[in-house]
Amino acid sequence: MSPKEPRKPHGAIAPDVERFAFTPENLEKAKAVIARYPEGRQASAVLPLLHLAQDQHGGWLPQAALDYVAELLSMPRIKVYEVASFYDMFHLEPTAPIKVRVCTTTPCWLCGAEEVLKACREVLGCEVGENSPDGRFFLREFECLGACANAPVMWIGEDYFEDLDYERTKAVLEAIKRGERPKPGPQSGRRGSMPAGGKTTLLDLD
Amino acid sequence: MLKDRDRIFTNLYGEQDWRLDAARRRGDWDGTKDLILKGREWLVQQIKDSGLRGRGGAGFPTGLKWSFMPKKADGGPVYLVVNADESEPGTCKDREILRHEPHKLLEGIVLAGAAMGCTHCYIYVRGEFVREAQVLEAAVAEAYEAGLLGKNACGSGYDIEVVVHRGAGAYICGEETGLLESLEGKKGQPRLKPPFPAAVGLYGRPTTVNNVETIAVVPTILRRGAGWFAGLGRPNNTGTKIFCISGHVNHPCTVEEEMGIPLKELLERHAGGVRGGWDNLLAVIPGGSSVPLIPKAVCETVLMDFDSLREVQSGLGTAGVIVMDRSTDIVRAIARLSKFYMHESCGQCTPCREGTGWLWRMLERLAEGRGEIEEIDLLWDVSKQIEGHTICALGDAAAWPVQGLIRHFRDELERRILERKMRRAA
Repeated sequence: MSPKEPRKPHGAIAPDVERFAFTPENLEKAKAVIARYPEGRQASAVLPLLHLAQDQHGGWLPQAALDYVAELLSMPRIKVYEVASFYDMFHLEPTAPIKVRVCTTTPCWLCGAEEVLKACREVLGCEVGENSPDGRFFLREFECLGACANAPVMWIGEDYFEDLDYERTKAVLEAIKRGERPKPGPQSGRRGSMPAGGKTTLLDLD
Repeated sequence: MLKDRDRIFTNLYGEQDWRLDAARRRGDWDGTKDLILKGREWLVQQIKDSGLRGRGGAGFPTGLKWSFMPKKADGGPVYLVVNADESEPGTCKDREILRHEPHKLLEGIVLAGAAMGCTHCYIYVRGEFVREAQVLEAAVAEAYEAGLLGKNACGSGYDIEVVVHRGAGAYICGEETGLLESLEGKKGQPRLKPPFPAAVGLYGRPTTVNNVETIAVVPTILRRGAGWFAGLGRPNNTGTKIFCISGHVNHPCTVEEEMGIPLKELLERHAGGVRGGWDNLLAVIPGGSSVPLIPKAVCETVLMDFDSLREVQSGLGTAGVIVMDRSTDIVRAIARLSKFYMHESCGQCTPCREGTGWLWRMLERLAEGRGEIEEIDLLWDVSKQIEGHTICALGDAAAWPVQGLIRHFRDELERRILERKMRRAA
């Protein structure tokens, strides 16, 4: 599956830029992150700093941001390009700020991930690998999100939405579209990954 | 069944608060200083005696791994790296520890660190676990505040600095040397071993990489005694284990049970049984996506531990139990795993880079019956040329599910090919 060419930036999608720099606040954060690693090993901060840059720039990384991070960490630019293109969470082309990532790996697939995707396509009005027409959402499939006992799962912003089906997916997405913040976690109402039929262990503890 | 008093993770479902006060009430950070003061040798010997084997998938004896670390300090840093890059399909246990029991992990870090003379610990959390990493960072902050981490940790005179590091979405970073590369700010491409991390690890320094669950059980083992842990399960397969049960069961869940619980009992007692009843079971992937599936006939009697599952040509892996009932298109289920490995191959070794895509395309074809019977043998043969011919175990992990499919469902593959031929002839 190769994602289609993202549409030209529009609506809420951050524009490409020729120059990038951290805001003073983010620069402070970046310095604190760099300080966590030994002297001379500041390249270790490249993932956290790319996360920070991507968040600042509305959800994707223009080349200017990669170059800026390279300079900040005294890394060759190519090393930062390599890293940025290796990891799934970095977007190197204009993508909408709200990422809707649907897990479709086997455990989620067995439990109805196709229905979740269908609901996403309908509510967002775009295909996998595309930005929604209003420029607010970017839809993609994602590999195993590591919440298999709560499958199927989708990941939006910083939160997982779990125990989904077609209707629950629609409800979550429509709420976000309306500007609400639906409650993350299992949409079935169960607690964490406890069995839905009631817990079978940890009954004797006070 | 394991008794509740023998369960380590008493807040597995997050019914109580994860913070320090509540964790202390659950027994965490109790007498940690005294345990540290018993010294390196005692700590390592206890873990050896407990029989603890790594919970990240490979099942390597933890105490033995710890004993590979240099015995004498040379003044330079020594690292403990906790692998919280949980991304093996079917596995969701470390997530529960990170968000509901972070202090068990942190106390385990102090004790494991003391056992190996580590000066620093990095916890590598998969990038997708944003909320989990936030909880963990807050737990680290309160543990520092309380003097449990950092200089003179727990008042013991031992110093250890702990840092939470977030990944950015790459399964391969769960491989220990891929993780170290990533932590150094590079692509997560595994290193050729030897040298092993205990000699040349993070930043070229001695390093041990352990899974979250492995480290998080350490404090309880040390408090209750190696004999207690070794008394659970069977010899060489001791202790408790968090199982993650997903797929076609009535109540998918994570649950801590005794190692060696029969698979059937695990599913029926905790997961509400197979959807549509036991006889509706087709197959189970018992240890995360990387281990070969086992058909219903094997599921009837097999025990959930390292050796039992190895005897049936599968493995305990991460204990991520993926259940498939008779409605499952088993070829597509495995094809989807092949797609996963294709996506996650780091591209460094040719057999894996080229082979994983080849496996996926082949299975997509065979799922529709497009192919010849001989191609099943070719598929087997190619999977054998990937297995064992790559730097890391991702090549093996990609080959094994396909081999399991051929081993147990060759009939199904042949049926699809023959039926398509007959349809086309008609």
